[in-house]
Order: sequence, then structure tokens, then C-alpha cells
Amino acid sequence: MAGLSFSNVSKLFAGTPALNGINAEIAESEFVALLGPSGCGKTTLLRLTAGFEVPDSGTITLGGQVLAGSGTFVAPEDRNIGIVFQSYALWPHKTVAGNVSYPLEVRRISAVERKRRVAEALEMTGLSAFADRAPAQLSGGQRQRVALARCLVADPRAVLLDEPLANLDLALRAAMQEAFAAFHRRTGATMLYVTHDQTEALALADRVAVMEGGRIRQFASPEALYDRPQDCFVAGFVGDGAVIALSAAGQSAAGRVMVQALGQQIEARCDSTVPTHICVRPEQVRLDPAGPIRARVSACTYQGGRFRLVLETDAETLVAHAPARARIGEEVRLSLHNPWAFRDPATPAILRVMQDA
Amino acid sequence: MIATHGNAISRSPDRLISLLLLPVVLIALGPVLRLLAEGFGIGSGLTLAHATEVLSRDSTLTALQHSLVTAGSGTLISIVIGAAFAFVVALTDIRAKGALVFCLMIPMMIPPQITALAWMQVTGPSSVLLTTLGIAPPLGSPQPLHSAWGIAILLGIQHASIVFLTLRAGLRMIPGDLVEAARISGARGWRVWAQIVLPLSLPSLAAGAAMTFVTALGNFGIPAMLGIPARYSTLPTLIYQRLSGMGQSVLPEVAVLALLIGTVALAGVLAGRLFLRRRAYGLVGLSGQPLVLSLGRKRSLVEAALWAFIALVLVVPLLALLATSLIPAYGVPLTLETATLKAWVEVLLNQPVTRRAYANSLLLATLAAVILMAVAIPLAWIMTRRPTRLTRAVDTLVDLPYALPGVVLAISCILAFMRLPFGITLYGSLTIILLAYLSRFLVVMLRPVQAAIGQLDPAMEEAAASVGARLGRRLRTIVLPLSAPAAAAGAILVFLTAVNELTVSALLWVGGTETLGVVIFNLEDSGDTVMASALAASIVALVILLMGIVQLSASHLPKGTVPWQG
Repeated sequence: MAGLSFSNVSKLFAGTPALNGINAEIAESEFVALLGPSGCGKTTLLRLTAGFEVPDSGTITLGGQVLAGSGTFVAPEDRNIGIVFQSYALWPHKTVAGNVSYPLEVRRISAVERKRRVAEALEMTGLSAFADRAPAQLSGGQRQRVALARCLVADPRAVLLDEPLANLDLALRAAMQEAFAAFHRRTGATMLYVTHDQTEALALADRVAVMEGGRIRQFASPEALYDRPQDCFVAGFVGDGAVIALSAAGQSAAGRVMVQALGQQIEARCDSTVPTHICVRPEQVRLDPAGPIRARVSACTYQGGRFRLVLETDAETLVAHAPARARIGEEVRLSLHNPWAFRDPATPAILRVMQDA
Repeated sequence: MIATHGNAISRSPDRLISLLLLPVVLIALGPVLRLLAEGFGIGSGLTLAHATEVLSRDSTLTALQHSLVTAGSGTLISIVIGAAFAFVVALTDIRAKGALVFCLMIPMMIPPQITALAWMQVTGPSSVLLTTLGIAPPLGSPQPLHSAWGIAILLGIQHASIVFLTLRAGLRMIPGDLVEAARISGARGWRVWAQIVLPLSLPSLAAGAAMTFVTALGNFGIPAMLGIPARYSTLPTLIYQRLSGMGQSVLPEVAVLALLIGTVALAGVLAGRLFLRRRAYGLVGLSGQPLVLSLGRKRSLVEAALWAFIALVLVVPLLALLATSLIPAYGVPLTLETATLKAWVEVLLNQPVTRRAYANSLLLATLAAVILMAVAIPLAWIMTRRPTRLTRAVDTLVDLPYALPGVVLAISCILAFMRLPFGITLYGSLTIILLAYLSRFLVVMLRPVQAAIGQLDPAMEEAAASVGARLGRRLRTIVLPLSAPAAAAGAILVFLTAVNELTVSALLWVGGTETLGVVIFNLEDSGDTVMASALAASIVALVILLMGIVQLSASHLPKGTVPWQG
């Protein structure tokens, strides 16, 4: 296994940038998820890594070897990277064992060794009983595991997964998530996992790169993305809650700041000197009869053990969790506790600075 | 960094395999380009004087007029037959549609000179069938099919399935909800047909008509068998008669004639493409069975009428052909006492000419099928996976040698391969016929393989590439096995078409290289009708057998592989 590095990687499709100056370092044995809405460039980045696309500029290296860039291009056949396709891409004319054994045949591994390694890979994915089946005779989850076994059998330097759970039903998805996590623990593979499902990304990955418009907006651990988003897109895309523009902000000190929002002065966590927005998660909104903010319930959905309330204040929409059902249209009072304030790079800094309280 | 188009990756093996396009372009398109050069007098000074002289001759104008009249009226007959079958099969609840369609396809798959021969055994004073039944017209009365009408009617029957297939494909593209919207507005069966289905299917009908016209225009077998005895020349038979009567000295002249018929055919091809492009226009929504008209009690009546028609145009002529092949000498009525297999034994076992023709035809057809299969898979792969301006141009032009009349291609091949560098000539060899077949039938092989590769998930190959398999290995271990069924079906179609072929070989054969089509024609021409019938009947049996194999394997093939399956 080896670490992956992207330096200033850009890719144009018909003149439009699909990827725009991607910089990222992925350590050996790290599990990284690429998360973003469709069209954000995450699949393009994956295909550049696999070698199915050629970057227009920038450099991609794997374990110190330049794969693409500065005049070199290593063909996908020579990269020794494993990939699990969204459609699984199992060859319908080969059996399960035939699919798994193909990478070894290409590498001219001896028949005895091949047999041993195929058996091992099938064992690891729990497919030993299906070795002689045709892919068409397998269920979705089993096909998924064949694709995984096929990509692992040749000891790849990195494993790429392209929306591997998109075609599975909900129950199977949870089981396969566990399987991926267990697999990563056992093999220590460097894994790059493309998904548009944030639950999947946050649950599985060591670090998540949130992508939008061909750029990486933030590349951090799941808890950092949730607790400390760095721009409005990440704050809105990852996790539940609301992003509220500030009308004014005070001087920050030691990671805390007083901000003006929803007509109130609120104390927020902060690492910027001039925050422009706050991100309010549901658990930071407290229903409080004595709270300073008035709101009306506009939606109430049960989420197992608690209710998710959508609350309309005069200017903004907030999300809160409540232990009991609320009536639509009901007036409630609430207070905010410890939201996160950040400076959105695309928003001009607030001119008016609050007087210290 | 090299600029890449689309999501193609540019790597050196890919560029190497692109070199495959070169021989394909040379063999498939070279002859046609050579013909163009000849017509415009390139090489002997750019001049149109020669062309103008040939085009203004009376014989040329008469043949052109005859061609247009017979092909035009033949097309009208094809439209009536093909459209009736297409509407009934696609829109109503009649039973045994598969068998009906299969039978309707047989006339198109049978060589035209056999169609003509069979029909001549149905009509006319010496028809064995009529003599045996005692209803033959008196001896000495003329053969009614030896006329413009005879040619037109047989052309119409022969090509009805082209209209049928195009129209049925168009009917299947009509979104079901358009019809449902009409029905919810209160329109019933026939009204929906007349006001919704018919207008929407008109472009398909027009496209089918244009293709039928082009095919009828290039037909050589029927006007040769029916027109030459009546001194009624069409352009293809005029070219044949000039070339076989005067030899190579008339090549410049027949090149101009070939260009003339090629131009008319090209206009038809372009018109057909225009109509086809228009038919998808504006049809949005899920396509499906647009309309299921329940015929109720009339169903049996309609079925009986369709099958009676099949019996009339297929069973009766083939029976007549069979009857003629079983008598000892022409003119003898067929009875239990006179019936004999002598002619069959003669043509299949004894006659050196017919045995040689069988060997030549089977060899040519096999070689064409095998070579084209080897070329078509990598070629279709390049065209699908690495499209460039060149491959797109090849994709468009590769239809040309098949769509243009066979005489045009034959003349082109003579011109292109008669005098090769180093004093080599291919004229008079089997090789020139093979090259002509490769050029003509490439598209028959290519389209099914293209359909199969187009339906392959590219991830199948990417998965192989990511585990280290290079292009050659991917083609061999992934693409080949997955497109093999389509390639096999294509190969059988090529084989079938090549065995049937007369037009190209009629102009290219010399003693020793005759094909089956040529020998039937020559046997009939020299009055050996019984032997011609026996040979023809054996070929019909072979054709139906091969079609049956394709039909039975149709369910294992990708959609669009078998031309008569939708």
C-alpha cells in the first residue's frame, strides 16, 4: 500500500473545468471519502487516479511514483490500483472464481498460487460457496463482494471505490458498510471512496474531502466537518441544521466570539477573526419557554426516539430536535447554544464590528 | 500533454489499432472512389464529354426510364404489402406473429433470380404445376411475366419486407402515452390508428419506401430473368449486356452508366436517411406497444387472409419450382410415374459446373464471413470506444458499398483491381469477387457487432485494464467473448447474403470462378430449366435452414442483431 498525492490537478471536459486545481495528500493506509453532489468532479478525480482519464495539468503520485503529470503517464494497466465499479463490472462470461482469478492470470501467476489466492480472497469476502456460480446468479450484495474480492486479489497499491453501495437496498448498505470498515482494518489498504451519501462518508472515512464545482471545499475528519465547517457550502451540505448570515461580529478571543444574529447577541465558537456566518446544528437549538427567539413550527417528522422540528423565525429557518411531537403552526421560544462561527471565503467581511459587550 | 476528445484516453496501442482503419477504408471505399475518378475522366484529362455522350444515347435513356418505372411501381407494391403486414402485426392481436414475420422475410433472403425462376414456373404455358393440374394456357401463348409489370410485381414481393421492417421499427418507437392520451380523450381503435398512429409513422413509411426503391433499382436478377427475353432493359441489365457482349473495351462507357444508377440510388439513400432522422423528432416518452387493437371475431379472417397471401407469394412459387425440379425433361407433366430426382443428382453430384459453383460460393461466403468477423470486432471497438472524426466518417460511408446497386460496386471493383502495380491483375480470379464481397458485406457484419459492443458496460474493460490487462488481452478475453454471439449472427447473415449473391458476381465471374447465382442464371438462359430449378430449390433449402439457425438463436443475441427481430 502507498500514499496518494494530488498537486494542482485540473481536468477540462469540452473546455469546461470538471476539476479545478485539486491539491490533496492521502496517507498510506488512510480511508478517504470524496463527498459531493452529482457533477462535483468526485468521479472524475477517481478516474484520473485509476488512469482512465488524463489530467490537463497537475501531478498525481502514488507512493512517490508519478502516475500522471510532467510529461509522464502511467497506463491504468501498469498502475496496480484496484477499483470497485458502481455497476460492479463483473464479466458475465466468467464464473465468480474466474472473475477473481483474472487479475492473477494477467500477471502470469502460477496456477497453484492462483488457486490459493483466489480461495483466500473468496474466503475473506465470504464467497467460498459461490466460486462456480455465474455473476447473474448472485444477489446484489454478493456481486458487490465479488467485485471487492477481484480488486483485492492482486494486492493493489490503493483501492478505489466508485459509489459502491449506490445500487444496494438500505439494509444491505448498512451490512456492506460494516464489511468495508472491517476490510480496511484488516488489510490497511489506502482507500479512496466516492459517494454522494454523507452518512456513508462520515461513518466510514478517516477523512472526508467535500467537493463542489470541481474543487475540494474542505478536507478534514468527519467530526471537524460537522463541528467546524469552513464555508457555507460545507456547513449546509454536511449534517443537518441551518447556516445564518451575521449582521455583525465582535472581537474574537481564545476561540470564542460574540455575534449578532436573529436579532440576538450570541456567543459562538470561532477560529476566524472576522466571521461572516454561523452554522447552527439541531442539538445547538434548545426549546426554552424563556428563550429570547420566537419561532413557529412548520414541519415535524419522527426520527426514532425524537422529533425533528423545522422552525421558522422572522428571517431564518432552524432545525431542532424535540422529545415530544409539536403541532404545525405552534409558537415556540428557543435559545441557541454554542454555534460555530466561520468566515465564508466567498462573502465580503462584515464592515460593522460590534462594540465589546 | 496530448489533447483528448471526450473521455477517451490516448495511448500508443490505441493509435496502433487505429491503423486497422486504413485497409478497411481502402477495400471498402477505394473501389467506389476509383469509379468516380473514371466517370470524370481523371487520368485521361478532366472531361465530361465522354459522360455526356453516353448519357445522351437512346439506349441509356430508355434503360433509365425502364429502371425508374419498374423500381417505382415495385416500390408501390412493396408499400401496400409491407405496410399492411406491419400495421396488422404491430398493432393487432393476431396469433403466430413470429412465424408470419419469418415467412414474410424469406422472399427477401432468396436470391432474386430464384424468385423469378420460381414465378415463371407458376405462370406461362410450360408450367409443370399448371400442366399437372391441367389448367395451363395453350402452348405458344406468351409468358405473362416477361414484361414491365412482371418485373414490377416480383420486385414488389421481393422487397416488401424492407417496408415492413422499417415501419414496424417506427411503430415501436411511438410512445404508448401518445396513444393513451388519445384514448382518454375518447378516441377508439380505428380513429386512433388513423389520427395518431398513421401520421406518426409516416416518416418511417417514407424511409422504408426510399430504401425499397434503392434496392429495387439495383436489382439485377429479376429484370435479367424476365426482361432480357422480352428485350426490356433496365440500367443494371444494360450494363451486364454491354460488358458481357463487348468485354473490357466498354469499361469507360459502363462506368458512366454505373455512376448514373449510383447517383439515382444515392439520392434515394439520402432521402431515406432524412426521413429516418425525422421520425424520432419530437417523440418523447416511454415507447412501448402503442396500440393493441382487438380484432374480435374478425381475427381469424385477418389471419386467414395474411396466411393465404404468404401461401400465394411464397408457397405456390416454391412448389412450382420444386415440381419443375422433379420432372425428367421440360414439358413432361409431373406424375407419380414421371417424378425423378435425376436433376437433383445431376446438379449436386455429377455436373462439374454446378459442383464448382457450390464450392466457389461456399468458399467465398465462408471466407467473407470469417475475414469480416475478424475485422469487425476491433473495428467496432474503435468506433465505439475511441470515436474520432475519421471513425465517424467511416461509420457513415461504410453503408455505401451495400446500399449502392451491386453493378456499381462490381464495375468499381473491376476498375480498381484490374491493373494493380507490378502488372498484377485480379480480374478473372476468385480474389476480386472476395474483395467485392468484403466491401459490400462489411456493414452487414459491423452493425450487429457495434450493437453488442455499444451495450457493453465500458467498466467491464476498465476493470480489466485496472488489473493490468492490456488492449490486446482485453479485446481477446473480455470484448470478444461478450460480442461473440452477435458476431456469429452477423457472420451467418454475411454467409447467407453472399451465397445468394448474383449481381456482383454476374459481372466479375469468368470460366472457373462462377458462383451459384451465376450458374442458375446461365442454366436458365441456355434452356436448362429443370436443372436450374433443382439447383435453385437446393439453395432455397440451404437459405431457410440458415435463417432457421439465426431465428432459433435470436433469444441469446443482443437486441437489434437479427434484422427481422425488433
